[in-house]
Amino acid sequence: MLKLQDLHVYYGGIHALKGVSIDVPEGSIVTLIGANGAGKSTMLKTITGLVRPRKGTITLNDEEITGQPAHRIVSKGVAMVPEGRRIFRNLTVYENLMMGAYPRTDRNGIKEDLERVFSLFPRLKERRNQKGGTLSGGEQQMLAIGRGLMSSPSLLALDEPSLGLAPVLVQEVFQILKQIHEQGKTILLIEQNAKAALQLADRAYVMETGRITMQGTGRELLENELVRKAYLGE
Amino acid sequence: MDLSTFIQQLLNGISLGGLYALIAIGYTMVYGILRLINFAHGDVFMLATYFAYYLVGIYMLPWWLGITLAVLLAALVGMSIDRVAYRPLRNAPRISALITAVGVSFLLENGGIVVLGARPKGFPRPEIMGKVYTLAGASIIGVSVWVPVLTLLILAALLFIVYRTKIGAAMRAVSTDMETTRLMGVDIDRVISFTFALGSALAAAGGIMWAFKFPQINPLMGILPGWKAFTAAVVGGIGNIIGAMLGGLVIGIVEIMIVAFLPWLSGYKDAFVFIILIAFLLFKPTGFLGEPLKEKV
Ligand SMILES: Nc1ncnc2c1ncn2[C@@H]1O[C@H](COP(=O)(O)OP(=O)(O)OP(=O)(O)O)[C@@H](O)[C@H]1O
Ligand SMILES: [Mg+2]
Repeated sequence: MLKLQDLHVYYGGIHALKGVSIDVPEGSIVTLIGANGAGKSTMLKTITGLVRPRKGTITLNDEEITGQPAHRIVSKGVAMVPEGRRIFRNLTVYENLMMGAYPRTDRNGIKEDLERVFSLFPRLKERRNQKGGTLSGGEQQMLAIGRGLMSSPSLLALDEPSLGLAPVLVQEVFQILKQIHEQGKTILLIEQNAKAALQLADRAYVMETGRITMQGTGRELLENELVRKAYLGE
Repeated sequence: MDLSTFIQQLLNGISLGGLYALIAIGYTMVYGILRLINFAHGDVFMLATYFAYYLVGIYMLPWWLGITLAVLLAALVGMSIDRVAYRPLRNAPRISALITAVGVSFLLENGGIVVLGARPKGFPRPEIMGKVYTLAGASIIGVSVWVPVLTLLILAALLFIVYRTKIGAAMRAVSTDMETTRLMGVDIDRVISFTFALGSALAAAGGIMWAFKFPQINPLMGILPGWKAFTAAVVGGIGNIIGAMLGGLVIGIVEIMIVAFLPWLSGYKDAFVFIILIAFLLFKPTGFLGEPLKEKV
């Protein structure tokens, strides 16, 4: 469904992605792990059109989308849950969710998706008229995921959704990702929590300083000696 | 001073302050999104009165049509200023856009003198604005009734747009986090264009009502109200729409009260507003309702 080929991204003089190629098949969960500063967020931002690559191509469902502006890419079915949640703190929970549905015009579909999000995250329903900024960290993460779902994406990309959450909540986030996947979404997941992420993944990549250095099924990487040492702390 | 004079002056202050509020909102909305002080905003206020002057006074369109067209034209001018002057500088250092804003303002003022003439023109007044009403024994002229009423209606409509519509939510979202708003599938440039159009339309409505109150227009007439409205936006907390409304009222009331009750200082009424501006910039740059200053990344 999504294919990156030989992506090169620069921030001024910094060469942040040095020829990244990955493949996200329809219906899969693909995970990308890597150390701080490896370029994981940059890769997601490039997919969603926030950053333009200098070289390489991005193909979504056989259509090349390289360099298109972010608002177009959302309409093509890619939603991103950004690093650090980035919810709109001065908008209510309900307004945050509706921002997720911004380009949509199918009122009934939006309503259905809103119900779906509320049944996935009942806390959000209770707090629907509260300002986003008043939610706890965990609730904000749920809101960020819910907001991503509101565009009715076929591909949901998440940038470290478990970052900064208490262990119980981390569990919950992974549980929810599983549910979302079972409901038919393709998932591209960036995680520092390598173990949980690899357990969930059909396919996984390891990124180091702007390059993909390893890839395989989730299980293969879980069993890989180098991965165990570097990312699983064993 | 007796109570009824005080109340009379208070109403005058509210009426004038409402007009400052209408202009101040345009400054504050643009600042909230782009962190740019649109110095040309006061000149859009001026242009709107000329549009109305030509459409109604010269081309004899009916008032409702002339005003509607003048407001729409002003909105178009505001949008075009952004498109032509500010958009190309979106990724440039902020000071570049600021200097450009000053340049656009000079261009409109001096272009106005060349094209429209420096001599003030008498602004026509619709009948209803000149009509004298008798209210509880006191007589009151139409402008003093209708200007504040219309101002209130416009402000209510604005609040509705900003807080109850989709584009309004997008405006609020953009002003907190532009990048994430893009991730929502929002075309930021359209939201910014809309913001300029809306702010300019409000300033235009304010300008036309201003000309009902003070029926002489000239190409430099936007400067002083523009600065006072900017002060109002700062007092209220720049970036905050409700703040701009309250700031406008405060400035209007202060100005009227000085003239009414400290007549020996009335020659300095404009200076007072600037003292307020400087004091706020020095001691409370975030105004009453503004959020703590935070450099945008
Ligand atoms: N806007 C930017 N301007 C300049 N350099 C940047 C910018 N964003 C990221 N970088 C640099 O690009 C490299 C990759 O950053 P990126 O945020 O993609 O890493 P990451 O893998 O997501 O790290 P983390 O796990 O800490 O989130 C880093 O060296 C970072 O300093
Ligand atoms: Mg990152």
